[in-house]
Amino acid sequence: MAGDALMDFNKALELYEPVLGFEVHVELNTATKMFSSAPNPANEANHDAAPNTLVAPVDMGLPGALPVVNAEAVVSSIKLGLALGCSIAESSSFARKNYFYPDLGKNYQISQFDEPIAFEGSVQVELSDGTLVDIPIERAHMEEDAGKLTHVGGSTGRIQGADHSLVDYNRAGVPLVEIVTKPIFGAEHQAPELAKAYVATIRDIVLSLGISEARLERGNLRCDANVSLRPRGQEKLGTRTETKNVNSMRSVERAVRYEIQRQAAILAAGGTIIQETRHWHEDTGETSPGRPKSDADDYRYFPEPDLVPVAPSRQQVEELRASLPEAPVARRRRLKTEWGFTDLEFQDVANGGIVAEVEATIAAGASPAAARKWWTGEIARLANAQEREIADMVTPANVAALQALVDAGTLTDKLARQVLEGVIAGEGTPQEVVDARGLAVVSDDGALIAAIDEALASQPDVLAKIRDGKVQAAGAVIGAVMKAMKGQADAARVRELVLERAAQA
Amino acid sequence: MSEITPDLVRHLGVLARIQLTDEEVERLTGQLDVIVDNIAKVSEVATPDVAATSHPIPLENVFRPDVPQAPLTQQQALQNAPEAEDGRFVVTAILGEEQ
Amino acid sequence: MSDLIRLTAADLATKLAAGEVSAVEATRAHLDRIAAVDGDVHAFLHVNQNAEAIAADVDRRRAAGEQLHELAGVPLAVKDVLVTTDMPSTSGSKILEGYMSPYDATVVSRARAAGLVAIGKTNMDEFAMGSSTEHSAYGPTRNPWDLERIPGGSGGGSAAAVAAFEAPLALGSDTGGSIRQPAHVTGTVGMKPTYGGVSRYGAIALASSLDQVGPVTRTVLDSGLLHDVIGGHDVNDSTSLSKAWPSFAAAAREGATGQVLKGLKVGVIKELPDSGFQAGVSQSFRESLALMEAHGAEIVEISAPHFEYGVAAYYLILPAEASSNLAKFDSVRFGMRVIPDGGATVEDVMAATRAAGFGDEVKRRIILGTYALSSGYYDAYYGSAQKVRTLIQQDFNSAFAQVDVIATPTAPTTAFKFGEKVGDPIQMYLNDVATIPANLAGVPGMTLPSGLASDDNLPVGIQFLAPAFEDARLYQVGAALEALLVDQWGGPLLDRAPELNGGAR
Ligand SMILES: [Mg+2]
Ligand SMILES: [Zn+2]
Repeated sequence: MAGDALMDFNKALELYEPVLGFEVHVELNTATKMFSSAPNPANEANHDAAPNTLVAPVDMGLPGALPVVNAEAVVSSIKLGLALGCSIAESSSFARKNYFYPDLGKNYQISQFDEPIAFEGSVQVELSDGTLVDIPIERAHMEEDAGKLTHVGGSTGRIQGADHSLVDYNRAGVPLVEIVTKPIFGAEHQAPELAKAYVATIRDIVLSLGISEARLERGNLRCDANVSLRPRGQEKLGTRTETKNVNSMRSVERAVRYEIQRQAAILAAGGTIIQETRHWHEDTGETSPGRPKSDADDYRYFPEPDLVPVAPSRQQVEELRASLPEAPVARRRRLKTEWGFTDLEFQDVANGGIVAEVEATIAAGASPAAARKWWTGEIARLANAQEREIADMVTPANVAALQALVDAGTLTDKLARQVLEGVIAGEGTPQEVVDARGLAVVSDDGALIAAIDEALASQPDVLAKIRDGKVQAAGAVIGAVMKAMKGQADAARVRELVLERAAQA
Repeated sequence: MSEITPDLVRHLGVLARIQLTDEEVERLTGQLDVIVDNIAKVSEVATPDVAATSHPIPLENVFRPDVPQAPLTQQQALQNAPEAEDGRFVVTAILGEEQ
Repeated sequence: MSDLIRLTAADLATKLAAGEVSAVEATRAHLDRIAAVDGDVHAFLHVNQNAEAIAADVDRRRAAGEQLHELAGVPLAVKDVLVTTDMPSTSGSKILEGYMSPYDATVVSRARAAGLVAIGKTNMDEFAMGSSTEHSAYGPTRNPWDLERIPGGSGGGSAAAVAAFEAPLALGSDTGGSIRQPAHVTGTVGMKPTYGGVSRYGAIALASSLDQVGPVTRTVLDSGLLHDVIGGHDVNDSTSLSKAWPSFAAAAREGATGQVLKGLKVGVIKELPDSGFQAGVSQSFRESLALMEAHGAEIVEISAPHFEYGVAAYYLILPAEASSNLAKFDSVRFGMRVIPDGGATVEDVMAATRAAGFGDEVKRRIILGTYALSSGYYDAYYGSAQKVRTLIQQDFNSAFAQVDVIATPTAPTTAFKFGEKVGDPIQMYLNDVATIPANLAGVPGMTLPSGLASDDNLPVGIQFLAPAFEDARLYQVGAALEALLVDQWGGPLLDRAPELNGGAR
């Protein structure tokens, strides 16, 4: 695709200091939209609706329609603002951001401009080596999402070369909180990792608040990453690029790394960075240029006349503050102790961005060790192989159910891995997969004894050896029996029975 | 005199997504110039100590409970569509990218 | 001409309730009148084919003993700015030709619930931009007093419909005088409620912070009756007031006794009457004041030094908000679509559609509003205009500290001839000099006929303004003056309008 020249990452860091900034959009999971009573597709209950079936007049910009603010979306936004250490505005107002685009029914987005609901905060992020970094938050504001475009014709479903596009307004009006950081200095070599850790922390926060489904694959959480470089020793900030809509934590890390290497190559060659939006391409691992900033970016913000200010009482703010769950870093420290993990074991979980998943799996009944084993082991391996977000692979409840089947002796570890694949492939709960695939351990001694007697009868020499006390010879019989049982037997029980039958034969 | 020029009017036409003919640009330049000269007087009295009023009657905290109501049916949503396909609205190719 | 059509809504309602007249008869009489004269007047863009069936249903319910609203069975004309499910809604624009709304405006559903029979949609300046109805994309409405003259605007259709006895009641919308100025030039009554007193939900927005829906009638009592039906809090409009309103019909009935005039302080604005008002208009105004004075009112001169900035502020705020409100007309979801020759992008299609679908005045104001909001100009123009708004509110506050109501001539001149001002936007804009301050400040305003101008024998209106929320005071005062004037005239002013002959639709 782009084929940009890239500088070696370490070399780039020698010459330049990276400065980061993030805009993360969080889709709230309220029952209804930001400004209409239509069901919210960012709520799990409405996820799979047919196009243009979750729209009220205002979501489509129909003539005469008016917005009304969702009270619960405001509560969620205040909670999020507080969790980000922000001040909550005494009075906060909406504004119109005017631009034409077919996914925007009114051709303006109702957003917040000079009076955001939350401002001036800070959130602590922990890197894999245990370093704590404070990310300065400039603001968190409420706004509405746009609809979805599908590009038809052309080769890749991308905008370029498409013959026409289809618009679905279901997503239009989904409540969003946009979290904007201040410039982040000093991340240095850890800049790409910091990007990933920041998004993971935001995800942890919104999950612990219960205000978003937080599924990156579905776009519940979307990150725009700003990257600029400045030569070592220079005061003035460099020109930044904004890589839009990076939809997985892995990609955020890769995109930041890529931009550092790309910009460094340009600067070192005496070139200049263009202030522009860039697009991340998951397939090639590159960014490509988008729209340069121009005077067409004149959004003509003005106060939204159809909505009145949101002025949360100090009492309400304090009540919400008191209801907040603990901060992610504190929570991690507590969980590590509770679960009895070593530093290394906990880092595995934390760096995998699966603290919430492990916690939920334990809450659903699995032991900490088993939960960690599944998430950092087989599930992580499959997510990696399938290039999917790990949290979207399987629910914690299903992982706990799977482990329960192992604990009950219904499944061996090997069978359990097969069942997991079935669950991930969408075949149902672990029990349903066991039933459908007929994968349960054969626990009927009668069937095992019949197979053992047959194997002993066909291998008289082995039988003789066992009787002579050469117990290790039993392995051949056990292998034959396991084969006959298609692996669905508990090897330890088979061994017990083999020795028993050999003694009696 | 105000600063209305044909280039500015053309740019405003782009921002407002209205294709303007050269004749319209010329006419609008003249008319807007006169109008702006007449309305620019607001700045005479709009001193820094005067607060701005965006809403004639001040209200705050007007909310809706988070309770779903029946949305439009797909048929209702599409009933005025100039062109529709597979339950969605059809538009011709898009050049620029989303914001 | 049938006598039924000359009845006031109040009198027609009495006959309906008494069973002297059926709703079908009343509806048919008005449909016949429309058929007879609307070819000349052109007040209607659409006549409801189901009107008789709706009326028959009212008759059926009445016969079945159902308790119906006082106005049940009375015909109602609806300004085309209000969306309706059973008739097209175009706001006078080609870009919305044939548009069918999937929902009714709140005022329309309230009228339907009261049993009013919506007989058609009335003509208007395109998107309510204008003071003459010459800017309708469907041709002008003519003034029943003189078919060569304008009926006012933007609601010329609604005013002409009631003045020509095509409907006893009509709905209008008033952004800078669009109910009151047409009433002034057609010898009818027009009421702009306190901002938020009547729901804007389903009114195709022109300038959201200025728009108000209100009644258009031949008498003050009829206005109160209709206002009682359409007013009050609406959860679909965030700017709707949740206050409980008194009955405006009761206020009108009480006012007609004249008691209210005793000791009433009527403010006359020092700066206003001399700024270019037609002699016959000023004279009629002074005569009404003298009549009120003779019946116990006290005329007090007040100062409103910032009203002279009102027109300028209005022509910044209105275009700014309109440029955003009208962005939704983009050919994607509804309305006209124009595809230019050869491989057009969606941007080209939008621009071509808006070029073809909007008239000159609409384009002019959108371009002006886009300019007023653009970066670099916002503070000087839109920001300053909002400050003028504050100053005008302060003028009102200090005036209402001294007087109960303010009186002004409603507009500077009587009905002018077609084409007289259409080429000169500034002259056209100055028509609204007396009506605009009420919209900027949000206060209620009512106009009723004060007589015919001595210089051209055309109707003149007197406007009363009251503090915000004091709409009932306008009904009391308006009904008091109306009673005195009608008594003096020996019958309603409209009795002196010329017969409309021919002009069958
Ligand atoms: Mg942004
Ligand atoms: Zn945003």
